[in-house]
Amino acid sequence: MTEPQEQDMLTIIDASGGCVRPDLVPDEETLARLYRAMRRARHFDERAVVLHRQGRMGVYPPFGGMEASQAGTALALTHDDWLLPTYRDTGAALTYGLPISQIVLYWRTSPHGWAMPEGLKVLPFYIPIATQYPHAVGCALAERMQGRRNVAMAYIGDGGSSEGDFHEALNFAGALDAPCVFVLQNNGWAISVPTTAQTRAVNLSRRAEGYGIPGVRVDGNDIVAVHHVTREAVERARAGGGPTLIETVTYRVKPHTVSDDPGRYRTEDLTREWLEKDPVTRLRTYLTTRGLWDDAREDALTRDITQEFEAAVEEADRFSEPTPSEIVDHVFATPTPQLTEQRAQLLEEYGA
Amino acid sequence: MTATEVRTGTGTRTMTMVAAINDALAVALERDAKVCLFGEDVGVMGGVFRATDGLQARFGRERVFDTPLAEAGIVGMGIGMGLAGMRPVAEIQFAGFLYPALDQILSHLGRYRHRTRGRFSVPMVIRAPYGGGVHTPEQHADSPEAVLAHVPGVKVVIPSSPTDAKGLLLAAIEDPDPVFFFESIKLYRSTKEEVPEGHYTVPLGKARLVREGDDVTVVCYGGMVEVCTKAADAARAHGIGVEVVDLRTLVPMDTETVLASVRKTGRVVIVTEAPRTGGFHNEIAALVAERALDSLLAPVVRVTGFDAPYPPFTSVEDTYRPNATRVAKAIKQVLDY
Repeated sequence: MTEPQEQDMLTIIDASGGCVRPDLVPDEETLARLYRAMRRARHFDERAVVLHRQGRMGVYPPFGGMEASQAGTALALTHDDWLLPTYRDTGAALTYGLPISQIVLYWRTSPHGWAMPEGLKVLPFYIPIATQYPHAVGCALAERMQGRRNVAMAYIGDGGSSEGDFHEALNFAGALDAPCVFVLQNNGWAISVPTTAQTRAVNLSRRAEGYGIPGVRVDGNDIVAVHHVTREAVERARAGGGPTLIETVTYRVKPHTVSDDPGRYRTEDLTREWLEKDPVTRLRTYLTTRGLWDDAREDALTRDITQEFEAAVEEADRFSEPTPSEIVDHVFATPTPQLTEQRAQLLEEYGA
Repeated sequence: MTATEVRTGTGTRTMTMVAAINDALAVALERDAKVCLFGEDVGVMGGVFRATDGLQARFGRERVFDTPLAEAGIVGMGIGMGLAGMRPVAEIQFAGFLYPALDQILSHLGRYRHRTRGRFSVPMVIRAPYGGGVHTPEQHADSPEAVLAHVPGVKVVIPSSPTDAKGLLLAAIEDPDPVFFFESIKLYRSTKEEVPEGHYTVPLGKARLVREGDDVTVVCYGGMVEVCTKAADAARAHGIGVEVVDLRTLVPMDTETVLASVRKTGRVVIVTEAPRTGGFHNEIAALVAERALDSLLAPVVRVTGFDAPYPPFTSVEDTYRPNATRVAKAIKQVLDY
């Protein structure tokens, strides 16, 4: 890690598991909740890669190493708030409450994975980069217009912050005072392009200044710090204080997707350095050192999340494959005559 | 309310198309607290064509408001509002300024219901003035309706009269899916008619027979309806019966009305001011070829703009945009075949 990248960055628990800001450490219950969320997310990520190798899941973009950044932010929301994840934010979505079986089905490209659960205010993973940012502004304003004090939280990466939608959304949110929290996960890479080639800017949180809104920079591998700044931003938005941009400084230690080969564009020296700053190990060291965690508790947690995951995969396995005629379902609330005709054609040709 | 409106008694009022649009928006805001209007200059100023005139003063700054100048942001924000329970109505200042928002439109607007298998949808209306005929500056007269009609999951409406404009706009706002509503700049103030007061809707997907006739079918929509009606009336004076079909909505298209007319007349002319290649008029030609070939007495003739950008050169603008003379020639061509 080079020095400028650490500028103005809040850390509470450092890479060695030591505490540098005791005044900002939350209670034990919160710490346990944060740790559990990261372990649960990591378990999913590791198992997802295995499922892919077994041919039981499609292309998958892993987020391992970014658990603090994703779980720490998502845990600052209630289920009345909106969550807008990108394709790499499976960890945020499952922490927020998207069922694991649903996520498995999504990455299996099953329509059952697309059918988002009723009542849950999480939008499906965004593929076109940065397009979710203006949506977050709209969701947030819609909540205010309907007299509710709920917020919208949207994710993006360092690459995504080059897109126009990112800048338009920050400007709209500022101008219209939208209760939004914009999470920019700076993980160093946009597929093969490093952040240093993406932009001359070093501190991406400072982009907020251009739009007159607060920008915060936080150690993205320290879930305690991530959660702290996110809670502040959520509370500010909820109280009518407007939007915040949070830059979580982290690293994509994994490939872009399971079909990517990072050897084509980077050496793994830096990856090894970042593995030393691992967010899960870091918090576990902190907790263990203070007698708040031990092997027995770790084993129990592992059993719990393994069981949960395996049950979710079994549930996902029970869903059937779509039929050809489902292709033209759900285009409009009421199908047009053209779609009705096309559906009949599919039924005639494929019988289903 | 604009100065062009005159109250003529109970039940109806004389309105231009822009006044009818303003009235539809007022009715929608009055009836449903979830309806909100936004865009560039729509608030205090009431829009560059005054379509939202007086609405901010009447309904407040939270429901009728100006946005920053960024079309992708306007459409993207509207999508979010629609997802979260509102009925957003966005104004894009000119159809030719819509293009920065195409990513949002193609990637999300028409896709949300499908990609969430019905869990989320975007009941949003995007209004935009379109087309030529009033000597606007460069890039203010585009007709991009075919681009939108090609996007799955969005409807496309183009009214041609004040009464239709009001009823179709209310139907569009009440529709549970995204609707593009293109308003011919030429028609905004060119005609007035008696428009019903209060609430009514004109259903999407139903064409209108503007003129009935047995000899030639002319299919058109929006700004071209005025032109085609003029040509039809001139032909009538020579004993030729021209049936003018105003599509009103491109998506969904009323194929039955088009086919019924073509089967009756056996001759069809399709008129649009959009460029020729890849336009929506070709969809109508394909429909006729697939479903009414046996009825045809002459090849289909298209009267369109040209495969060149809309010319901002005042002296030739009316050559690019089809006029009654060109439509009359096409009518003669299918009759003489």
